[in-house]
Amino acid sequence: MKLILILFALIATPLAAQTALPPAPYADQQLADPAMERKAKALMETIRCLTCQSQSIADSNASMAGDMRSQIRERIMAGEQPEAIRVWLIARYGDWVSYEPTAAPILWPLWAAPLVLLALGVLLLRSRIKRKARS
Amino acid sequence: MRKLLIWLPLALFLGFIALFSSGLFQPDDRIIHSRLVGQPLPAFTLPAAASDRPPLASSQLASGQPRLLNIFASWCVPCAAEAPQLDALKAAGVQIDAIAIRDARPDVDAFLKRNGNPYARIGLDARSEVQIALGSSGVPETFVIDGKGRIAYQHVGEIRADDVPMILDRLRAAQ
Repeated sequence: MKLILILFALIATPLAAQTALPPAPYADQQLADPAMERKAKALMETIRCLTCQSQSIADSNASMAGDMRSQIRERIMAGEQPEAIRVWLIARYGDWVSYEPTAAPILWPLWAAPLVLLALGVLLLRSRIKRKARS
Repeated sequence: MRKLLIWLPLALFLGFIALFSSGLFQPDDRIIHSRLVGQPLPAFTLPAAASDRPPLASSQLASGQPRLLNIFASWCVPCAAEAPQLDALKAAGVQIDAIAIRDARPDVDAFLKRNGNPYARIGLDARSEVQIALGSSGVPETFVIDGKGRIAYQHVGEIRADDVPMILDRLRAAQ
């Protein structure tokens, strides 16, 4: 019993340390329409939490992440497109806030890497086969 | 050619070592600055957060004079730590308005009673909506707003005693 109480205390303190207010209405509540919820969830998984910087807002318990989840769900419910919300957030926090890679020039090597590696592999294979055939 | 190629893995390895060790000595900057610096404030209208201060709307911040917009919360410890610096800024004649994030009026009242109240107006942003619209990533933060209502500067984190002259300079520059 005592152990359980201690465990509860451990859980309760960090939550209370953030803010006294209850979470925003749609922070932890799914949208009624499954298709909309799917859209909102997909977006939330690729938006980075500002408080816990290595988590998406879908994974984070930070109160600000909860507020962002609620805002995203409400905006999707109002008919806004997920990509429009992403653009809106990037205009405020920069590319940093989105986990989705963009087509910015700095990422061109990333997109080119699979093609370059594939081409290298084909070249290697061709030279090997040629050598085998000769010997 | 073949002879040189033998050294390629070693060269790559040394390259990575150099990259990683240079990363060890670079200070880790995790501050996310708002991209709205230099742009007009997003429009907002907020209800009053404290019993004895009027509410805040974005239109009131384009007053012809540069001013400060402080983002704080009663539950935020560093916000209490920056209170003396805000008092010093107010004593220097600076207009300071505030937005209280995820807060409730009794809590804000108690916070202001404890730490002093340098604010002219305080808006209540109960669901961080204006905070997100501002591109602010936490509390406390302080925005310098120029006379036309544009964001001239964003200070992330609490204002320390040695930041006060810099903030005053920023206000002067926003004139």
